[in-house]
This record gives sequence, structure tokens and C-alpha cells, in this order.
Amino acid sequence: MAVATGNSFASRFGVHIAVLVFVAIWTIPTLGILVSSLRDKDQIVASGWWNSFASSSQTEAGRLPPASAQTQKDGKYVLEGNIFGDGAKRNISAFGVKAAAPTQYPAGTAADLGDGVTLQVNADGSFVMASPKAFEGDRGQRVYYASSAPPKFTTDNYDTVLFSEGIGRSFMNSLTVTIPATVIPILIAAFAAYALAWMRFPGRALLIAVIIGLLVVPLQMSLIPLLKLYNGVGTFFGVPSKTYLGIWLAHTGFGLPFAIYLLRSYIAGLPREIMESARIDGASDFEIFVKIVLPLSFPVLASFAIFQFLWVWNDLLVAMVFLGTAPDQIVLTAKLNALLGSRGGNWEILTTSAFITIIVPLIVFFSLQRYFVRGLLAGSVKGG
Amino acid sequence: MAAQIFSAIFVIIIGVGGCVAYFWGANKLLDLTFPSRGVSGTAAVNNLRRQGLVRPWLFVGPALIILTIYLIYPVIATLWLSFLDRGGTSFVGFANYEWALRDQDLRNAILNNLLWLAVVPAACTFLGLIIAVLTDKIWWGTIAKSLIFLPLAISFVGASVIWKFIYEYRGEGQVQIGLLNAIIQHFGGQPQVWISLPFWNNFFLMIILIWIQTGFAMVILSSALRGIPEETLEAAVIDGANPFQIFWKIMVPQIWGTIAVVWTTITILVLKVFDIVLTMTNGQWNSQVLANLMFDWMFRGGGDFGRGATIAIIIMVAVIPIMVWNIRQANKETGGH
Repeated sequence: MAVATGNSFASRFGVHIAVLVFVAIWTIPTLGILVSSLRDKDQIVASGWWNSFASSSQTEAGRLPPASAQTQKDGKYVLEGNIFGDGAKRNISAFGVKAAAPTQYPAGTAADLGDGVTLQVNADGSFVMASPKAFEGDRGQRVYYASSAPPKFTTDNYDTVLFSEGIGRSFMNSLTVTIPATVIPILIAAFAAYALAWMRFPGRALLIAVIIGLLVVPLQMSLIPLLKLYNGVGTFFGVPSKTYLGIWLAHTGFGLPFAIYLLRSYIAGLPREIMESARIDGASDFEIFVKIVLPLSFPVLASFAIFQFLWVWNDLLVAMVFLGTAPDQIVLTAKLNALLGSRGGNWEILTTSAFITIIVPLIVFFSLQRYFVRGLLAGSVKGG
Repeated sequence: MAAQIFSAIFVIIIGVGGCVAYFWGANKLLDLTFPSRGVSGTAAVNNLRRQGLVRPWLFVGPALIILTIYLIYPVIATLWLSFLDRGGTSFVGFANYEWALRDQDLRNAILNNLLWLAVVPAACTFLGLIIAVLTDKIWWGTIAKSLIFLPLAISFVGASVIWKFIYEYRGEGQVQIGLLNAIIQHFGGQPQVWISLPFWNNFFLMIILIWIQTGFAMVILSSALRGIPEETLEAAVIDGANPFQIFWKIMVPQIWGTIAVVWTTITILVLKVFDIVLTMTNGQWNSQVLANLMFDWMFRGGGDFGRGATIAIIIMVAVIPIMVWNIRQANKETGGH
């Protein structure tokens, strides 16, 4: 394909830049939550995450204590203390007393405020204000200062989210839902796919058409009748209607059309000679399937398993309809959705929870990308 | 929690073991019922024929039962429910459909869905195609493709949090911690509450889906581009075509079928879009879509199954043309098999 390019330096350079821009747009959002999840929660709101490696500096305003706090020292009236109170210590680089010039004086110098009044603010926030006359008034002097905090990274957010916000428990719930819902459909689909690919029986063509039709049936069509069915079954047998068994079967059902379709197109493409020579040797369909087809189909089984795993892990709708929201059932996606409502402004919680929910798919995806892409190609290109 | 893990492992063993036991046992039973060995010639032939009639159904049986319960029956039941009242008890004729024609929320949702349909598949396909062409030309193209592909593994909810953080708004003049507003403020613009801007907020939600799905379009189209015969490109170069002409007149027409597949796949996804709208706005500020509205009606005030089912039918009707086209294509392909 290189022939298609103009080979001038400028055009090649342009291609590199263009791809770089695309890559940046596609990775920066995810990077944002990863970086934020590792930042101190006060710094997340104080500066953008892209500044997190710089000292976060900001101009703030504070008020010195009122006149009632003054003491007398060496014949002068003095106000002393620390601007930060007992709070987090930061570094003050400069201060001022006018909003128009908030950084007029470097930290550690004594500023002359007129009438013999001096004010010194040190880098650690301690201040001394002295005057030959007594201070008056209920409102203390307004002070502006530029402070900076060194970048601070921490895993505290992960501790909080995993153990006090219930994300750890939801992680286990997600695994509980996902693994059986991934494993159960594989064998059921594989047998059906083999029959549809290599066995002749009346109605086969119709079945294939039905499965291809079901591939695109919106999930929404199934929700209400199944909800009614589950409620009915629950009432009839006196058991809860929202159970893990219920969602395992639901995911199995919703995943089957794609599974059968994907496996069938692969199994149908296996060489006919192998099957026929096995049959001549006296092997039954069952033996052919178990001893020949299954081992040869490993790549496509892996593709499907990855698809189903990602789909179930990332699913929100099915989980919201068929599982409860109590801590023992709520899955990661539903929990994250709930946190968006209850913890809307707490970005340290949201970014950390979001990162925990996406880390498993990302690992699966990166380690098994080859199978994933193969499944994607087989599933859609041939599907036509 | 330990009990839960134990029960999950137990289910896997029971589930897989049960499947194996069923397939093996049913197969064995069939062999015993109609023995083909140790009986006279004609009986063996007859029994083999009978086995051949039954065995396929043993293989497809479990799948067929599950598909019937979880997909075929619900499709029919939903259609039926759309003619019933909110509790699904008495027949109300076309009342739900009349409501659907008049309801303002539903009309908004349909308009928004149309907007999504117009923008998202086109944007994903176009961006995917461009990126596929560009990355094919550079040595680090595989890495670039991997990174652009990556959001496909992220859940819609996760992606929504990621982008909500980008769209985060702070009052004017304050430090913006949302990337978009920070950029805008940096260049002297006015920060905005992006997800509550009527009409435009739809596009900010669409960006999330485009961000997720472009990787899908890119991978499929990239593989189709590699299938283009080298000679056609060489011939074009010899004839003096410039890169744009080669792209539009030689490459795109040859992968037209694949483009259609990508387009329809994303179209179906867009019709079902739910998670993004639920988590970003829950349909507020005129950003409602059908799937979210349906979910709303399923549970609002105890739930109105009639209206919920009607909305599901509307989504289904939109999918039917694609479904018919898919089945026809598949029949064409397997016709000779």
C-alpha cells in the first residue's frame, strides 16, 4: 500500500502528525482518570490533572484574626498565627494586601503597610503583623497569597473506594456474574454450531436464518416478558426473582445467537476431508465433534469467550433489570452508575472506581487482542 | 462473600458438567435405543437412519430451548404486551400506539435517536477509514491502532465517567479541572455546562460512542483495505492518480461491502444506546433516547409494561430492514453449501 502515498518528506511527516493527534485524542481521556485516581483528593479539585506533575499553585485569600486577638510585645501591638490554621501545609511564595496586587511582597519579607504597620508572611504560612497603635475592628486584615503544594500521589483513593465505597464487593459480584455467563454458552453453542454446519436435517436452513435474525434483535424486546416471567417463577416457587442463576441464564440466552453464528461459520470452514476420513474410520458424529472439531476450533472458542466476557462484564442494562441493587448483588457498572448519582462531585471516588471497572477488560483485551480481532473480523465481515 | 465465590465455582462445575453429561448421555442413549452394531444388516441400516434423524436435534436442542425462552418467546410476548394496559392484564387495542404518536417525550426521543443515527455511524466509519489508511503507512501503525482500539474494551458507564470528567464545569474564572473547559478558558472562551446545553448536549454524548466505536470500524476496514489487490493501486499510480483520487476512486469502491457492514453494525448499536444517556443525563435537558425512555417506563411508578413494550417495538421496527438484509446476504452465501 506504500505505493499509494506521495513519498515526499512533508506528506510522510503529515501522516505521522495526524496519527499522533488521533492517538492523543483516543488515549488522553483514559489517561486523565488514571492520573486523577492516583492524586491527592484535594489536589484533584485544585488543579487540572494535566498539571499534576507540577506543584499546584494558586492564589488564595485569607483574613487575619480580628483586633481582639492582639497581644502587646516590645511596646507594639502584635497579631501572630498561621494563615493555614491547622490545615494542610503549603508553600507560600508571595503575598499582598490588595486584590489588585496579590503577590506584591515575596514571602519572608516585612511589608510596610503605612502608619508604621508591618506585616510579614513566611513561606510556611506563619505571619506577624505589628503596629505602634492598637488594632481596631472586628474584621481582620485581608491577605492574599500565592501558595503551591508539591505534587502528591497516593493510593488512598483505591483504599477508600475498594473497602468503604463497596467497589471491592461489586468487583467480586461482577466476577460472579461474568465467569459462569461466559463459560456456560460455549459448549451449548459449539454443539449447535456443529450440527448446523455438518449434519443434514430438515429445518436446518430455517434455523440458521432464525439465528441470523436473532443476532440483531434488540435486547429491549426481551426485557419486559422476561422480567414478568422471572417475577412469576419467583412468586410460584417462593424464591427471590433476582438471582445470579437468573442473570447467568439471561446472558447465556442473549449471547447464544452470536456464539452459534460465529462458531458455525468457523466450523463450516474446517476441511471436509478430515471429517470424512474420520467417518470412514467409523467415528460417530459425537466422536468427530469431541476429538476433531473441538480441538481445531480453539481459536474461535477463545474469540467468543473474550467477546462474551467483555460484553457481560461491561453490561449495565441486563444487570439493572435482572439483579438487585443490594451490596451482595450490585455489579461494578451498576455501582459506578449509582456513585455518579450519590458522589457526583467526588472525582477522587469516581475516577478511581471507573479505573477499577475498566482495568479487567483492558487486561483481557491487551493480552488476548489477537483472538479478539479475529472474532471481530469473522463476526462481522462474513456476516454481511 | 466466600459463599458467593464458592457458589460461582460450583455453578461453573455444575453448568459445564451438566452440559457434558447431557450431550454425552443423550448421545449414548440414542446409540443404545437404536443399536447399529451387533444387529442384522437391514436393522442396522434402519437404526442408523433413525439415529441420523434424531441426533441433530440432540445437538441443537439445548440451544434451541434457551433461544426460545430468552429471545423468540419474548419477541412475541412484547408484541402482545404492547396491546395491553400498564399491568399487562387487559387488552387496550392500539391505545399505547396512539399514546406513542402523541407523546412529546417519545417524539423527542425519536428525534434524538435519528440524530444519533445520522451522526454516529457516519463519524465512526469515516474516522475509522481515515485512521486505517493512515496507520497502514507508518512503522508504528500497529501500536497506534491498538491504542485507538482500546476504548472498545471499556464499558459505556466507564467511558461516561471518563468523558464526564472531560466535560466537568467550574464557574467562570475558577480553575477548570475538566479538560474541555480548561482549553476553552485558556484561549479566552467562556466555560460551559456541556451536557445540559439543549440540542448540542446530544453531540457531546455521541462523542463518547464515537470514541468507543471508531476502533471497531478501523479494525474491520483496515483488514478490508489489505484485501485490495495491489495491482489496482499500482495501475492507478502509473496512470498518475493523486492520493485522494486513489482513496476515493480506487480504495473506497472496492471495500464498499465492508463499509456497509460496519455502518449497519454501528446503526444497530446506536438504536440500542442506553448506558451513556442514563449515566450522563438520564434523558434530561432534551437528551432522551428510546432505549432509556423504555427503561424509564418499565420502572416508573411501578412500571407501565404496555408503553415500555410499545417503545421496544418501535426500536425493533427500526432494526427489521437490517435484519432482513442480513438474512438475505447469509442465504446468498450459504446457498451453495
